[in-house]
Amino acid sequence: MADKRSTLDELVGELRSGMTVGIGGWGSRRKPMAAVRTILRSDLDDLTIVSYGGPDVGLLCASGKVSRVVFPFVTLDSIPTDPHFKAARQTGSVAATEYDEGMFYLGLLAASQRIPFLPTRAGLGSAVLEVNPQLRTVTSPYDDGEELVAMPALHLDAAIIHVNRADAAGSGQILGPDPFFDELYLGAAERRFVTTERLIPTEQFASEGPLQTMNISRLLTDLVVETPGGAHFTACVPDYGRDEAFQKEYVAAAGDPDAWSAFRQRFLDVDEEGYQSAVREASEELAARKRAERAAKAAGEAS
Amino acid sequence: MTTTSDTGVTRAEFCVIACAEVFRDDGEVMASAFGTAPAIGSRLAQRTFSPDLVLTDGDAALMVGAPALGTPTDSLVLESHMPYRKVFDVVWSGRRNLIMMASQIDRTGNQNISAIGPWAQPKAQLVGVRGAPGNTLNHPTSYWVPNHSTRSFVEQVDVVSGVGYQRAAAAGPAATRFHAIGRVVSNLGVFDFETPDRTMRLRSVHPGVTVDEVAAATGFELVVPDQVPETRLPTPEELSLIRDVLDPRGLRDREVSG
Repeated sequence: MADKRSTLDELVGELRSGMTVGIGGWGSRRKPMAAVRTILRSDLDDLTIVSYGGPDVGLLCASGKVSRVVFPFVTLDSIPTDPHFKAARQTGSVAATEYDEGMFYLGLLAASQRIPFLPTRAGLGSAVLEVNPQLRTVTSPYDDGEELVAMPALHLDAAIIHVNRADAAGSGQILGPDPFFDELYLGAAERRFVTTERLIPTEQFASEGPLQTMNISRLLTDLVVETPGGAHFTACVPDYGRDEAFQKEYVAAAGDPDAWSAFRQRFLDVDEEGYQSAVREASEELAARKRAERAAKAAGEAS
Repeated sequence: MTTTSDTGVTRAEFCVIACAEVFRDDGEVMASAFGTAPAIGSRLAQRTFSPDLVLTDGDAALMVGAPALGTPTDSLVLESHMPYRKVFDVVWSGRRNLIMMASQIDRTGNQNISAIGPWAQPKAQLVGVRGAPGNTLNHPTSYWVPNHSTRSFVEQVDVVSGVGYQRAAAAGPAATRFHAIGRVVSNLGVFDFETPDRTMRLRSVHPGVTVDEVAAATGFELVVPDQVPETRLPTPEELSLIRDVLDPRGLRDREVSG
């Protein structure tokens, strides 16, 4: 079996400015954030990002590396919208291609199956057809004669997903309850990149979870990178949940240029190892602050 | 607990009842509900008059029964895997009844959750159209608006996410075949589209709300019947299910006051 092990820098080194890049996960869940952070530090620009969007989209918009976002939503789940994506849309600094969630799925599926489009009712009558003048309808060749939307294949130059476990040959295991559409992002892409919480010997997959959790086949992967905490601050269950405190800090910092500059210096202008240790420090500071608040409250109640 | 009527029933509880009624006579379909009153309402319906409803755990599974809001995941009894990819199978099969939220809703039932202002460069970017275009064309869809005002009930929504009656008709038979906008429940009343031209009608006002208040808070001309009933009272059993079983922490009062 080929050895596909690689590094974040090598992975991002395979990308080129102007590429269309699909990013797996859903909202603020199991996003390949370590790879996104590495893109932020690169000299790439003019990217088209295709994503069931979360903070991956927000951070890339904030960095000015994105010219277009293809999305059905951009959300942080526990917080309805991403502040940087919001700002980018409201100032017009990124172009947008907005699809229904199901159309987006069919676009990835069509690209994976090497067919030009898949038909669907979704989109008919909605603004999606108006804001995407490139979309066409197709009339059923059978007796029903229904006129449906022909959702075009969403071809990707590259796709990046993050999984719980993987082996050196690029097979991946998703241990959380929802594999989302990660397999289809890989299927739709020319270059396919998997980052993982932990690289393990293939024979260990079976002790981590049942067969149906081994859902990314090496047929779909080119490189695999071990990056523990690589989905932080998004959820990567069962390894860790969403870091809600950190996500709140991300949103708060986005609202103020000075705060954002401090956030960027501390968490984004450093390499992945630096990020992970800054996150640990920040979390210890928060815990200490909470302990002090509790102590002060207890002292207040006692007096 | 604050109350707006002399029955001791809060406004939020009337909203829960109105949401529960959306799922009456549904049989074995997947009930999806966004917002607090719809979440309690769908569970109440499952525990009373629509026992075959299938509820989701809010993650990637279908669960047994209708536990309290906020029940920890590890104490739910799950019956089936329902990751997003399978959710689309259910959506496109039509075996679903849904209450979505609406940042804007208009006279013919179009809903907007995408953006306020011009789409090309919005005044306010919202979450995105999400699944609303496909949902509305494939299975019954109703809406929940906890802050009824002329900003949420508008003449025409800015970005049509969920498709209303006129636009579905204009889009042709493939769009109307499975299209149905059920009701709109707000903090002031209940609305439907059971009119000859499928424009929004005031179906009931919540006790304590007048027809004039509803009209003043609505940015278009509503169809108002001569006699507008009040939203029905919960039965004692329903009230105790809401207060003691489904929402003992009173989350409903944080969404709708009074």
